Amino acid sequence: MSGMVIKGKTCDWEIVCGLEIHCQIISKSKIFSGASTHYGSDVNQNVSFVDAGMPGMLPVLNEECVHQAIKTGLGLNAKINKYSAFARKNYFYADLPQGYQITQFEYPIVGEGFVKIELENGENKNIGIERLHIEQDAAKSIHDISPTKTFIDLNRSGVGLMEIVTKPDFRAPEEAGAFLRKLRSIVRYLGTCDGNMDEGSMRCDASISVRPVGSSELRPRAEVKNVNSVKFAMQAIEFEAKRQVEIYENGGEMRQQTCQFNQMTGQTKFLRFKEFSDDYRYFPEPDLPPLVLSDEFIEEIKRGMVELPDAKKERFVRELGLTPYDAGVICENKEMAEFFEKAAKGHEAKKVANWLMGDFFAMLNEKHLGLEESPISAENLGNLVELITQNVINGKTAKDVFAIMVETGEAPEKIVEERGLKQVTDSGAIEKVIDEVIAANPDNVAAYRGGKTALMGWFVGQVMKASGGKANPGMVNQLLKQKLG
Amino acid sequence: MTDLTKLTIAKAREGLKKKEFTAVELAESYIKNMELKRGLNAYVCETPEKALEQAKASQAKIDAGRGGDLEGIPLGIKDLFCTQGIATTACSKILQGFVPPYESTVTAKLLAAGVNFLGKLNMDEFAMGGSNETSAFGPVVNPWSKDKPLVAGGSSGGSAAAVAAEMCAAATGTDTGGSIRQPAAFCGVTGIKPTYGRCSRYGIIAFASSLDQAGPIAKDVRDCAIMLKNMAGHDVKDSTSAKNMVPDFEKVLGGDIRGLRIGIPKEYRPAGLNEEIAAYWDKAAAMLEDQGARIVNVSLPHTKYALATYYIIAPAEASSNLARYDGVRYGKRIDGEHLEDMYVNTRTAGFGAEVKRRIMIGTYVLSAGYYDAYYLKAQKVRRLIRDDFVRAFEQCDVILTPTAPTAAFAIGDKTMRQDPINMWLNDVFTVSVSLAGLPAMSLPIGLNKNGLPLGMQIIGRAFDEETVFKAAEVLEKQAGFKGAK
Amino acid sequence: MSVDVQTVKRIASLAKLKIDEDKAPAAEIEFNKILQWVDLLKEVDTSSVEPLVSVNENFLEMRRDEVTEGNQAEAVLANAPLKEYGYFAVPKVIE
Repeated sequence: MSGMVIKGKTCDWEIVCGLEIHCQIISKSKIFSGASTHYGSDVNQNVSFVDAGMPGMLPVLNEECVHQAIKTGLGLNAKINKYSAFARKNYFYADLPQGYQITQFEYPIVGEGFVKIELENGENKNIGIERLHIEQDAAKSIHDISPTKTFIDLNRSGVGLMEIVTKPDFRAPEEAGAFLRKLRSIVRYLGTCDGNMDEGSMRCDASISVRPVGSSELRPRAEVKNVNSVKFAMQAIEFEAKRQVEIYENGGEMRQQTCQFNQMTGQTKFLRFKEFSDDYRYFPEPDLPPLVLSDEFIEEIKRGMVELPDAKKERFVRELGLTPYDAGVICENKEMAEFFEKAAKGHEAKKVANWLMGDFFAMLNEKHLGLEESPISAENLGNLVELITQNVINGKTAKDVFAIMVETGEAPEKIVEERGLKQVTDSGAIEKVIDEVIAANPDNVAAYRGGKTALMGWFVGQVMKASGGKANPGMVNQLLKQKLG
Repeated sequence: MTDLTKLTIAKAREGLKKKEFTAVELAESYIKNMELKRGLNAYVCETPEKALEQAKASQAKIDAGRGGDLEGIPLGIKDLFCTQGIATTACSKILQGFVPPYESTVTAKLLAAGVNFLGKLNMDEFAMGGSNETSAFGPVVNPWSKDKPLVAGGSSGGSAAAVAAEMCAAATGTDTGGSIRQPAAFCGVTGIKPTYGRCSRYGIIAFASSLDQAGPIAKDVRDCAIMLKNMAGHDVKDSTSAKNMVPDFEKVLGGDIRGLRIGIPKEYRPAGLNEEIAAYWDKAAAMLEDQGARIVNVSLPHTKYALATYYIIAPAEASSNLARYDGVRYGKRIDGEHLEDMYVNTRTAGFGAEVKRRIMIGTYVLSAGYYDAYYLKAQKVRRLIRDDFVRAFEQCDVILTPTAPTAAFAIGDKTMRQDPINMWLNDVFTVSVSLAGLPAMSLPIGLNKNGLPLGMQIIGRAFDEETVFKAAEVLEKQAGFKGAK
Repeated sequence: MSVDVQTVKRIASLAKLKIDEDKAPAAEIEFNKILQWVDLLKEVDTSSVEPLVSVNENFLEMRRDEVTEGNQAEAVLANAPLKEYGYFAVPKVIE
C-alpha cells in the first residue's frame, strides 16, 4: 500500500488524482502546416498562413505527427485506433488564431494502456492510460513587454501536441512523480518528445479530489493547471488534497473547479468554477476526413520500435546480472543505458555497472559534465574494468588509471603500459620481495609465528609498499602464508 | 467589329486564336461595359489595370503560339476567393482592407490557364443570403429588372449579374446551399455546382466547410464545361478535395441522350408550386423526352427535412469558421479596454445581421445540452437525404427539377424582410443536393409572364458532371433561351 | 425546444457578440421561431442512422514532414490592425 493517507478529525482521507500531460511532438514541421517547429526563432518567423488562421486556409496533416503518436501509444502499452477523427474545440483566446483548436475528441488515435512505475518501497504499480490524442499547440501571449497590451507570437501556433490522459489512479504525490519521470523516459527513448518540462515541451495538469479511505466514490475535482515539473506536480497534489480535506472537515462542499499553482509558495489557489465557462462546442472537423490507418502502417511502426526502459531494465537484470535497482537507474536515461551497454560489451557487466554508478557518475557530477561530454569513452571504461578482471592491474591502481583517463582521455591499456603500472604476477619476483621483508623484520616474524596472526595485514602492506603497489594482492597473501607458515 | 462582350468563351477563344481581335481589345470591351453598368453594383473592386496588363501578357503568348486553355479570357471573381494582392472581403465589414498574401487554388489554376481578372464580384456577406442584400456593399441589381430593382439572387449575385450583363466573360461562384444555381436562375445564366471535393477550397473564405464548393457561372453550358475543367482537380492543400480524374467536360457535349433516364422527384412538386414554374418543368421534361430520354418518376422522401437540416449544419460550421474574425491579425478592429471587449466590439460591429443570426444559431446547436438534439440529429437526417439520392439514382441517370421556387423578387421585398425563414425557403430545391454533395447545374429555361428568367436544375451522381453537362446542353438547345440582357 | 433571454445572452457571449438590452426580447422571439422551424426534424426516426459527417468517401491524406513555409513574418503581419516589435498587439488580456 503506497497511497498517502491524510489524517482528518472525522476520518482518514485518500487522494484520487489523474494527470493530463501535453507533450510537444518532435517533428520538423507543424502538425497542420509546413512551417518549422524550431524553438527560439525570431518572432512570427515560423508561421504559415494556416497557423495564422488566415481566411480560407486549410489544415493538412503531417504524417510524422501520426507516426510519433503511434510510437508513443505503443510505448504506453496502449491500443492503437485504426479509425480516428479530428474535432474542433471552440473558444476565443489571444493565442488561438483560428478561434478553435483542432484536436481529437470522440475518436482519439490511441486508446487505453498502462505505464508501470516503481516506487521507493520497491513496489510496482500500473497507472492506467485513458487515451492519447493529437492536436495543435497554441501561440504564445507575452504580457510583460507593455503595461497596456498583450503581444502575440505565432511561432508555436500549430506545433503538434500529444495529450496523454491517465486514469485517476494516483493515490500519492510520489506516484505522480514516478509516473512523470517514467513518461519522460519513455518519450525520450522513443524520440517522440524531448520531455523538457522547464522549456514547456512537456506540460502537466493535475485533476485532484479526495475521499474517505475505503470509499469508492469520485468527488468533485479541482483541475490544477500548469504544474510544470515533477516537483511542482507532487507539491500541487499534496497541497490541493490537504486543502480539500480541510474544506470537507469544516463542513464545506467542493464544486468542480480550476485552480492555479504558485511555484513560489507551492500552493494551489481557486481560479474559477467549471460550469458555463467551458462550453467548447466540440464538433467533427469538416476540413479533415477521418484518419484511417492500415495494419501495414501500424506494423511498420511496430517493427521500428526501440527497446523501452522497462524491457531494457529487465534484460539487464536477466542477461547481465544487474540488480533491479542498478538496472533501473541506468535505464532511466536512454543515452546512459546505451553508454553502459557499449561499455559492458565483452566485459563483466556488473563490475562495469559499479564503476559507472560509482566513480564515473561522481566524476561527471563533480565536473558538471553531461554524458556526451565525458572525457572517458564507453569503450575505455569497459577496457579499464577488463584490466582489473584480467589481473593486469589491481583495484587501487585502477583508481589512479581512471584519474589519468579523466585528465588525458587516453586508453587505459596505454596508460598502464607507458607508466609501467602492470601488477606483478610473477611469483618469483614477489617471493623475492617477501624474502626481503621477512629478513628485515625478524621480530614481527617471530610474533606472527607465535600466534599473532593479525600481523598478516601488516606484512601484506609492507610487501605491497615494497613492490610499488604493483604486486597482485591475492598472490602476496598466498605466498606470505606459505613463507610465514 | 462585333461587340466582343457578346461572345462566349468558346467563341472568344476561337477569335483570339484566329487573330480576329486581341486579348487587350477583349478586356477593354468588358472594362467599358463594367463602367457603363456600375449601377448594377456587381463589382465591389475593379482591377482594370491588372486585367489589361494580364491581357497584354496573354496576347504575347497567343502571338507566340503558346498560351493556356483560357488565354486572354476576362473573368470576374467572387469576393470569397482570396486573390493575392487584391482586396478580398467576403463583402463583410469585418474584412475591410484585407489584402491576402496568397492566391486561392481555383483562381491560381485559372490564372495559370491564362485568364485575366476584371475585379471582385459582389455577394452576400460571407455567402450567407439568397438575394445579395446582406452584402456590406449593398445589393446587386438584377440586369433583368424592369420598373423596380430586382435582386440578382445570392449569394453569388454579383457573379450571375455580371455574366448576364456582359461585364465579364464568365465568373467564379461558390455554392453552399444554392449560391451558384439560384442567382444563375434569377439572372438567366448558367452555373454549375460540381460534386463536393471537385474543386479545392484552399483560399476560398469558408462558410460551411462540408458544403462549400466553387463552380463557374457562365453564358452557356459549354462555357461552364470549359471553366470547370480549368477550376477542378485534386489539391494537396485541401484534404477534402477529391483525387478523381478531371475529365474534359467539353468532350461530352453534343452527344445524344437517347435512353438517358431523367428522374422527376415527386416531392419537388408541392401543392403550392408556382404554376409557371411547374409548366416549364413539364416542358423541359418533354423536350428531353423528345430527344430520346426516358422520364422516370423517382422519390426523394426526406426532401421536406432538407432545409431544416441545412439550417442547422451550415450555421454550426459557420459559427466556428467565423471565429477567426476577431480583430487580431487582419481586418477590422474596434478597440476595447481589454481583449474581451475588443472581441465583442469588433465582431458586433463587423458582422451584419444575417451573419450574426447564423453564428447565434450555429453556436446554440453545438452548445452543451443541445448538440444531440440539433447538430447530431441533423447529421443523421443528412445521411437519409443522401441515401434518398443514392436510391433514386438506381432508377435514373440525372434528376430534373426547377432551380428556385420563384423568379427574382424585388430588392427590399417585405415578405422576405419580415422573416428570415421566408428568405431561406428560396433554397428549397437546391439544399438537398448540397447536403448530398452532388453536382447540379442551373440553366435558363424561359421567361415568366413578367419577362423574368426561370431556371431548371439538372442533378447528377457524384463525380458524374459529364452526364449533367450532356443533358443540360441538349435542354439548352431545345429551350433556345435568348441570353443576355 | 425554446430558449429564454438568458440563454440568448449566454449564446451571444460564447460567440463574442453583444445583444443590446432593448433588442434582446426581439432576438429571443426570432431565435425561438427558428428553433421551432428546425424542430421539424424531430419527426424523423433516426434511431438506427449513423451521422453523416462528410460526403467525402476518401480518407485523410497525409503530407510528408518537411518545412515548406515560413520566414515570412512581414506577410503574416501585413494585415494586422496593430503590430509592435514584430508581434501582433492586442489590448491587455485579463484572466
